[in-house]
Amino acid sequence: MSRPGFVLEVDERTPALLMHQGEGFRLEKLPMGSRVIYPPESLPGLRDVDEEIRKALAAPVGRPPLSELLYAGMRLTIVFDDLSLPLPQMQTPDIRQRVIEHVLEAAAAKGVDDVELIAGNALHRRMTPAELKRTVGDRVYRSFFPHHLKNHDAEDKENLKEIGHTRHGEVVEINRRAAESDLIVYVNITLTPMSGGPKSVSVGLASYRSLKHHHNVQTLRNSKSFNDPPNSAMHHSYNRMAALLAENVNVFQIETTVNNDMFPKQMDFLNKREWEWNLKDQAAFLAVRRANELVPPAKRRQIWHRTAAPYGITGVNAGAPEDVHPITLKNVLRQQLTEVNGPSDIGIWGLPYICPYNVNSIMNPILVMSLSLGYLFNMYQNQPIVRPGGVAIFYHPVPNEFHSVHHPSYIDFFEEVLAETTDPVAIETKFEEQFATDPWYIHLYRNSYAYHGVHPLYMWYWGAHALEHLGDVIFVGGDRKTTERMGFRSASTLQDALEMARERVGSSPTITYQHTPPIAMADVR
Amino acid sequence: MKQVALEYHRSVGRYLAGRAITGTRLGGRAAGSVAAGLAPLRVVQRPDPTLPASGWTRVRPLLSGICGSDLGLLTGRNSPYLASLVSMPFVPGHEVVGETLDELDGLPRGSRVVLDSVLGCVTRGLTPCASCAAGKHGRCDNITTGHLAPGIQTGYCADTGGGWSRQFVAHRTQLHAVPDELTDEAAVLVEPLACAIHAVRRADVPTDATVLVIGAGTVGLLTVLALRAFTKAGPIMVIAKHARQRERARELGATEVIGSDRALRTLRRKTGGFVVKPEIGEEFLLGGADVSFDCTSGSGLTTATRATKAGGTVVMAGMPNTDVDLTPVWFRELTIVGGYASSGEDFPDAISLAQDAPLGGYVDAVYSLRRWSEAIQHATSAGRLGSMKVVFNPRLD
Repeated sequence: MSRPGFVLEVDERTPALLMHQGEGFRLEKLPMGSRVIYPPESLPGLRDVDEEIRKALAAPVGRPPLSELLYAGMRLTIVFDDLSLPLPQMQTPDIRQRVIEHVLEAAAAKGVDDVELIAGNALHRRMTPAELKRTVGDRVYRSFFPHHLKNHDAEDKENLKEIGHTRHGEVVEINRRAAESDLIVYVNITLTPMSGGPKSVSVGLASYRSLKHHHNVQTLRNSKSFNDPPNSAMHHSYNRMAALLAENVNVFQIETTVNNDMFPKQMDFLNKREWEWNLKDQAAFLAVRRANELVPPAKRRQIWHRTAAPYGITGVNAGAPEDVHPITLKNVLRQQLTEVNGPSDIGIWGLPYICPYNVNSIMNPILVMSLSLGYLFNMYQNQPIVRPGGVAIFYHPVPNEFHSVHHPSYIDFFEEVLAETTDPVAIETKFEEQFATDPWYIHLYRNSYAYHGVHPLYMWYWGAHALEHLGDVIFVGGDRKTTERMGFRSASTLQDALEMARERVGSSPTITYQHTPPIAMADVR
Repeated sequence: MKQVALEYHRSVGRYLAGRAITGTRLGGRAAGSVAAGLAPLRVVQRPDPTLPASGWTRVRPLLSGICGSDLGLLTGRNSPYLASLVSMPFVPGHEVVGETLDELDGLPRGSRVVLDSVLGCVTRGLTPCASCAAGKHGRCDNITTGHLAPGIQTGYCADTGGGWSRQFVAHRTQLHAVPDELTDEAAVLVEPLACAIHAVRRADVPTDATVLVIGAGTVGLLTVLALRAFTKAGPIMVIAKHARQRERARELGATEVIGSDRALRTLRRKTGGFVVKPEIGEEFLLGGADVSFDCTSGSGLTTATRATKAGGTVVMAGMPNTDVDLTPVWFRELTIVGGYASSGEDFPDAISLAQDAPLGGYVDAVYSLRRWSEAIQHATSAGRLGSMKVVFNPRLD
């Protein structure tokens, strides 16, 4: 039985606590009285995943069994979440591979010939052949790539289809192949409450034209948080779009969830609570930290990105998206949610080496912003862990470093746009169209492995709610110039950061450290 | 009578040493020290120059600028191509505001004048060649003949002296009276401004064209001024290294000022097109500016050819002193235009423009001739030090 999440109050017996800091980590002594939010212990994984997949396909919710939806002569499109999920990547075989193989077996048994597989990458970069192979497995890859296993191309106008408009006037436009299929099977990994459900098809297969209705400052400022769908304007928009899609396309959603085993055995101490580290964990901590410091930076990055998570699968559920997703969300929250009593003056987060958009890549400053003020700040229900006007302290070196192939428009965004303004509304008003329609960025998105031109702006919007809510943002160990460019401050140590925060929160602030990863979601009462 | 002057003398060893050192990356950074230490320049007592013929006057310099081409000369970076077009020893200095010491037709003794330094046929006592007859004396074919020693300009000719002295001689056709409203500090900028106007006119900039100006030293900034005054250019993008230069460029009408570290990327964002990165060598644009002005000492020419759109024009406004890969000129069918000195109405227009332009504070470092070493070091690092124009005041000391 896994122990539930809990909130620790730091006292004199509390050891130094682990703090992720980019491609490294450290132990940090927090001030007495600080609260630390820990997620529930990792849930046990399903014993027989294949059997669970079979059961889910045979007894879906809100849909007939998959085998009854398949017939010879039909067009079947299998869409799967791209490499932004899960984080870190899971050890092979990937759950998507296992599910897809079952779906393909069922399709073959029914004589379905016309099958295509599409990565639902929206405006993310294309997955490389090697990444596709890792996700769907060697057998599927060899059978379908390259003609029937593809990345979605949100700029291939010929192959997009407008489904219609929601009652709010939002255009729903998705991949034509999927839209014109008799059945879309969407294979998903719901890592956080933000993902899956209505988001899968309406976002994963959409175009910029369609995405801009919910990926904007206004919507994100009113998504409190975007990990709490009932209170997220973004999800309200997804729901409207999904409802329209449901009237026009037949979607069979297969959603999977994972537990919190994010680090492999040799780094198990990263999955544990510090005071429970045994001698072996302590030795592993020292050894890994030392080795990590000694490895050259490029090699270090490579090692981190190759370190796959030994996730256990906690759920496989299939059926109608609107019926499956609540079950999925329950599973996710069971693993991640911890109840917290009220917000504090200061919130602290250690930022890991990875976010959805730097898999096998570099965590550039914009992605640091989106991970910190977007993803981690928004890991709450009800209210943020920091009070309005409070201070967020993050741990990350924030190097001025970009991947020139994956993030070309990010570089321009950082150098030009942020030099002019950091205000999300001003950025959206003046620059969004330029970045979204720039032919070079579009060319690189379609033909190279670049994120879409507008993507860095979306990442900035991702932090819009936090920017509005917080009084100050400080990065411990952050590069001074880089953080300054983004409108934030940097401090050498936590003590310095707390000293700087005094201007906003006084000399005796309440402090909450959201200990993640593994992922902890705060239910702030 | 003898007078103090700075004299550039023949020294192949010093020239080659300077050229070798400043040709390296490290030496290039220490160009000021190299020029101060190795340049074949010396303070001398020279006899007053004699008037070569009627129509000439002695001129007493009030201020005399240090130009990029002077620095190229002193650091050994200027091309050996020019070596046979000068006569040594000579007194440098061709950006001059001074006072005449003799009566001339239409120019009384004591007139405040600026110098058009080109030594064409008329100054040499020759029947004008075709270019001089057409008012384009910068293209004169007779710069090595006539009654003057060879020399493309005053400041490179052994017979005329130059501005880095207390006296030199100039022909009536070289002199333009300075209106009272124009201060000496503004007047000393007239010659480079005339050159900038000339470069701009050479380009024939189309209406609404996107223009790139590479370099924001004196030539670059004055080119921006001239572009705004004499063309209907659209957006003007300026590549500037230093903060003060960026401010100045904006004051003079630049639409956008770009840092030199990522100029092509920024330019692409402003003008559209694609960035292409070859496996070896610098990246370039497919697209870019309609017209580019290289206002560096040639270091910006590579950028210019790589940042100008197909069919566009590259104007060489600064004296080039580096090698450049001309493949983009061939592949993009670029037109390369030279912009040397001035001609026609460039000088009168420069005088007129200088009166209205915001050129206050451009001359912000004044040295005596005896402090030439400091002056040269200062001029070499002018951008970094926030200076625009370093000048000599030969009357000091």
